[in-house]
Amino acid sequence: MKRRKIDIAALPAKAGAEIDDRLQVSSPLRRLFNKVFPDHWSFLLGEIALYSFVILLLTGTFLTLWFDPSMQEVTYDGTYTPLKGIEMSRAYESSLTLSFEVRGGLIMRQMHHWAALLFMAAIVAHMLRVFFTGAFRKPRELNWIIGVLLFWLGFVEGFAGYSLPDDALSGTGLRIAHAIMLSIPVVGTWVATSLFGGEFPGHEILGRLYIAHVLLVPAILLGLIAAHMGLLVKQKHTQWPGPGRTDHNVVGIRMFPGFAAKAGGFFMLVFGLVALLGGLFQINPVWLFGPYEAAVVSAASQPDWYVMFLDGSTRLMPPWEARFPLWPGHHYTLPPLFWPTVVLPGVLTMLPLFYPFIEARFTKDKRAHHLLQRPRDVPTRTALGAMAVSFYLVLLLSGANDVIAYKFHISLNAMTWAGRIGLLIVPPLAYWLTYRACLGLQQHDREVLAHGVETGIIKRLPDGRFVEVHQPLAVPDAHGHTELPYAGWVVPKKMNRLGALVPTVKGFFFPIEEPAKPAPQEERPVGAGTSREEITSSKK
Amino acid sequence: MSTDTDVDYDVKDPTLSRFDLVKEGARRDGVEIVHYAPRFPKPGTRAERRVERTIALLFGLTGLLGLAFVVAYIWWPWEYQHGTGLDKFYNPVLGLTLGGSLACLGAAIVVWAKKLLPEEVSIQDRHDAPDLDERALTGATIMNMVDETGIKRRPLLKGALLVGAAPLGLAAAAPLVGGLIKKPGNILFETAWKPANGNLIKVTREDGSEVRPEDVSVGGQATVFPGVPHGATNQHADSPVLLIHLRQKDADALRANLKNVAVNSEDGGAMWGNYVAYSKICTHAGCPASLYEQQTNRLLCPCHQSQFQITDNARPVFGPATRRLPMLPLTVENGVFVAKSDFRVPIGPGFWERP
Repeated sequence: MKRRKIDIAALPAKAGAEIDDRLQVSSPLRRLFNKVFPDHWSFLLGEIALYSFVILLLTGTFLTLWFDPSMQEVTYDGTYTPLKGIEMSRAYESSLTLSFEVRGGLIMRQMHHWAALLFMAAIVAHMLRVFFTGAFRKPRELNWIIGVLLFWLGFVEGFAGYSLPDDALSGTGLRIAHAIMLSIPVVGTWVATSLFGGEFPGHEILGRLYIAHVLLVPAILLGLIAAHMGLLVKQKHTQWPGPGRTDHNVVGIRMFPGFAAKAGGFFMLVFGLVALLGGLFQINPVWLFGPYEAAVVSAASQPDWYVMFLDGSTRLMPPWEARFPLWPGHHYTLPPLFWPTVVLPGVLTMLPLFYPFIEARFTKDKRAHHLLQRPRDVPTRTALGAMAVSFYLVLLLSGANDVIAYKFHISLNAMTWAGRIGLLIVPPLAYWLTYRACLGLQQHDREVLAHGVETGIIKRLPDGRFVEVHQPLAVPDAHGHTELPYAGWVVPKKMNRLGALVPTVKGFFFPIEEPAKPAPQEERPVGAGTSREEITSSKK
Repeated sequence: MSTDTDVDYDVKDPTLSRFDLVKEGARRDGVEIVHYAPRFPKPGTRAERRVERTIALLFGLTGLLGLAFVVAYIWWPWEYQHGTGLDKFYNPVLGLTLGGSLACLGAAIVVWAKKLLPEEVSIQDRHDAPDLDERALTGATIMNMVDETGIKRRPLLKGALLVGAAPLGLAAAAPLVGGLIKKPGNILFETAWKPANGNLIKVTREDGSEVRPEDVSVGGQATVFPGVPHGATNQHADSPVLLIHLRQKDADALRANLKNVAVNSEDGGAMWGNYVAYSKICTHAGCPASLYEQQTNRLLCPCHQSQFQITDNARPVFGPATRRLPMLPLTVENGVFVAKSDFRVPIGPGFWERP
């Protein structure tokens, strides 16, 4: 009997049929393949955060194979000669081993650190995108809340991470964290003593931070990210307004193959960027800082960038200590550190968490929204956002005010005062400026819709007046006006946006610029896509 | 979804093309493919081949750089050598090759997706209106669950459940929290400078050697530690002290100001001659306040820039600190510095119970 030939080409179909017989997945699988995603560059910011997180998991797992969070005192005897014979903790020693004696360990450490910085940066950028375009509105309030929690969890995770190597910078950061805990009224000393297992620094803290950093916080992060993505899939992505786009549909490309390929390619680009950063740009060279010693600190000791704004707020805080007797003979102290490092982060958590509901209450808007808003169309929100961003930037700059003072030869105290005053006056100023700018942009949109695009052609009328010729966007009425409604999307404001001119400079190294041919004598409106060939004034 | 299924549609109809089936599948998923066109309507044009070559080149580079990474990883000299050498380039070479390889792969995929996959505009229905009938049915089901337990008409069980569950919840939390809790006691009030067994604690350097007055020149300063075992390590992170030998006029100014802080003028004064010792732990957030400006006698903490005027009993003159640095009462025994007693006020950052 002849053996039955296996038809290789039919194998996938057969395997698919066997799987579907057992799991009945065709329908849900096809629904996933056919899921439509809208496309816009600003939707990539959240993806960067997601990919950075994956890179963090990969590189972090590698690091755990060598890192030892022990605070036992050892004498260094590794290959990095400048530190030979120095007393240090086992944690710091294993960080050095990772950097110098594990093949490829340093690039993993640096990639881990860069990915963490990128993770937080992408989260912040993504949050700003969501805020300024109103993507947090009903029905997405829950996902916004998860996003805010993700930011703070990432913050805690990052802080725990850079505290682990037990170098001079991490120890200084931990000492400040200890002081922050001490500053909490009533329970502060108990909290600090319990978490550190006694006096600062004790022997417990690194082990506890380690388990928080590699298990507890990443597990919560992973869960929240899964929920974040699940909600995104369930509620479908928001989209910008545009032709055919409504609050009840999604216009874009299907997930497979187009969207998935772009996303996968983008992941590799982010991964490549992190690898380049980790290889070429030194970050957190712990061997230069030395082990943590309570009596040693260097000038310009700065935390990672996402913690810097709290360092700034701490520097700007005036020395206001509250001291009061609760009963005769017993005085209690509320240190100034409490306000910028406990109360301020508390407010900065609560305000964004409730912002969607606060806004809905003020605007009395209870409807669901799936179309994004241009920031200019919601001046109040945009101005509030600008106010928050400028508040944050003043704090961030103040976190580096000693370096700025040193580099630019400014008095350090003047920098502190500039920060204190700036924190009060810059945000309202940013609010006002942004609000006016939004109104101005709105007005200009309406003006173009009514009168058309400025052509740059100046005409002299018989009576001697000069007027600029405008290109109407539709057939104008008797007064030369067009009654076009504003659609919540970009209004073309340049002739080449209408397809009337090709871009004048093509190519980066060799600008191909040809002299424009004389414009056609007769004037005709450049209607929607009607006269591309006729009006084009340069090549082709 | 079964509701979208059109029973009249025959998927086995041989006249249907594959794309017809794709469209029908999409339709059943609430997706309408409204625009679908190949990027290159005429296959094999020069433009299309150029895109293909670009993608192929990128994949080629991916492989080449990936291979280079493996080669460098194995054969590039990587072990740390003091001074300059090829090993200093190990990490950059790894980064360049790995990053380049990944970036080329990413670029290849993105170019493929953007330049070769068909142009497409699809519209999916959101189906976002809540189904009120479904909601009513589910609501009734949930309410029925509550009714089935009968918890509303059985108040005894309600109470019993509460009485039973609350202690169990506490029992679950107790070991988690209880294991961590540690009583602060007086750890924030005492340092290693506290005289032990009636012996005053010697002032020592990091290496444990004693400090004599002649070791610190006029205008100079030194970081010193308690002369106890491990006194200079992080086991006694609250004990580092800055010993300053003031110039005559600065010392006079400080002596005149000593009475401003009662504890510092007790017992014959906390200074010894023109020498004075202050806790190095900043009273703001606990960093070592260690940048000493000799000309102005100011001590600056580099973390948050609190500044302390040494000639005025280390009064905080700028920045967020609110309290003076505590002075360590100094004296000399057998020619070496010792601490007359522990600090007379708690050192370091403020806390609730601080008097």
